[in-house]
Amino acid sequence: MSEFLYLYRLPSDSPDMPDSPQRMQERLAKWTAWFRDLEGRGYLKALGHPLETNGAVIKDGGRTVHDGPYAESKDIVLGYSLVQARDLAEASAIASGCPVLTYGGKVEIRPIRQM
Amino acid sequence: MTATLPDDRFFRRESARLVATLTRVLGVRHLTLAEDAVQETLAAAVQVWAFRGLPDNPSAWLMTAARNRAISMLRRERTSRRFAPEIGRLAEAESVHTPDSAGAHLPEPLRDDELRMMFSCCSPDVSEDAQVALVLSLLCGFSAHEVAEAFLVSLAAMEKRLARAKKVLSGSRALFDLGARDFDARLTAVHRALYLLFNEGYHGASPDAVVRRDLCQEAMRLGALLVAHAPAATPATHALVALMCLDAARLPGRLDEAGELTELSRQDRTRWDGRLIAQGLELLERSARGEVVSEYHLEAAIAASHALAPTAEQTPWGEIVQLYDALLRLRPSPVVALNRAVAIAERDGPESGMRELQQIRGAERLAAYPFYPAALGELELRRGRPRAARKHFQAARRLARNPAERRFLEARIASIDAGRGGQTERSDGEGPDGERHRAAER
Repeated sequence: MSEFLYLYRLPSDSPDMPDSPQRMQERLAKWTAWFRDLEGRGYLKALGHPLETNGAVIKDGGRTVHDGPYAESKDIVLGYSLVQARDLAEASAIASGCPVLTYGGKVEIRPIRQM
Repeated sequence: MTATLPDDRFFRRESARLVATLTRVLGVRHLTLAEDAVQETLAAAVQVWAFRGLPDNPSAWLMTAARNRAISMLRRERTSRRFAPEIGRLAEAESVHTPDSAGAHLPEPLRDDELRMMFSCCSPDVSEDAQVALVLSLLCGFSAHEVAEAFLVSLAAMEKRLARAKKVLSGSRALFDLGARDFDARLTAVHRALYLLFNEGYHGASPDAVVRRDLCQEAMRLGALLVAHAPAATPATHALVALMCLDAARLPGRLDEAGELTELSRQDRTRWDGRLIAQGLELLERSARGEVVSEYHLEAAIAASHALAPTAEQTPWGEIVQLYDALLRLRPSPVVALNRAVAIAERDGPESGMRELQQIRGAERLAAYPFYPAALGELELRRGRPRAARKHFQAARRLARNPAERRFLEARIASIDAGRGGQTERSDGEGPDGERHRAAER
């Protein structure tokens, strides 16, 4: 078994939430169902956390500070989870059911370096 | 992550409650800010709850989060110092009560928040159409897009209608005072708006059955709030909610297994909701306490006659005609006259019904309503004139407002072409929902 970090990303210019409470609830239901499924099948190592969409980026030894959540990319990381799977192929297959994919987002899958 | 939300309309209801409560605390001029704060709060809840699971009391979580968000939004405003009193009120509003469950069993302050908002939406300064749209938006948590869909209006037009109405609302001095002298007059407007809302669901044009069911349920939920609030629980209120229950009870019978519309005479009555019928009859009984007979009393009595008839043949058409006579006196309208004519055809035969149909005053107002020509068609059919009937049905088909209506009318035409229009599939000169046509009334 290997561990993977899932980063849930959304382009910063795409609206991150529908304006209809009904659609929002449906989105929540999808996420909940997805996490439950992962948990039930033993893939979920840690739920992880949702992230605020603000923040800062610090670089150049602290001389440059950007307001905003992103370094260079145009994506915002909405949250992350830790998943255990046999290999990258399985981790990718699991991620293909992630709700974020249904509204323009993506899942970045990064193996956790073991040694 | 074991807890689940009470039901699949939770966000909608919460959205309405939060907006109503924030608006009460902040003052109606901050309506937009309240709506924005609630929108952002719900969005945050989706993210947080997805990862952390539901809090023990989701309603309380939302209320606290919405309050905090409103406070920080107020602080961000350039003129925030001017809003110090609002911020103070919000911060102190520990008593922003939160319910555990749905429906009319809200704690009183919350119920009052929603009632005040409901009465405010039905202001005489707002057109009737816009009142219903406002109710859907502010009290039912529908997005502008969803309201537009429900009324088959373009999104742009609906956004404009809502924006204009909200401007009127937030320009008013305060939310409606439930103790005000014009309470009764405003209650009448509220009845009308809920009635229109329910009808839009029951007879309306939206092709989406789920949307229509939601409209009916929302109208009933808001009606139940009126019943639970003594000053609003007048005989007319009881009659209105009785009417909704008795109509809604038949909803499961209106759509057959294949999801097609079924006219009243052919509905499987075992599929009607007995619990709703009982509830409707009880409300109807409670509505009989006053002196006044409202149009809702008459309509509810008609609905009860249908709900109680064990078979279509045993429908008491004589009584129903009398009720329509009374309704026509109270609310002269071509739609009521159309219903009455259909009932007369049942009581006295198609010739009499035809005469009544042709004498409807203001029939031109039915020009866009498919079930007027459909009624003519049914009666022609029963007079043994299939060719004339076919023409009427074709006219009706051209007016169909959604695929279900179109298929229903096409089936009528096909059965005429098959030469069995009048016999095996005899209909009763009615629309698919049978006894009452109301959609064209607005």
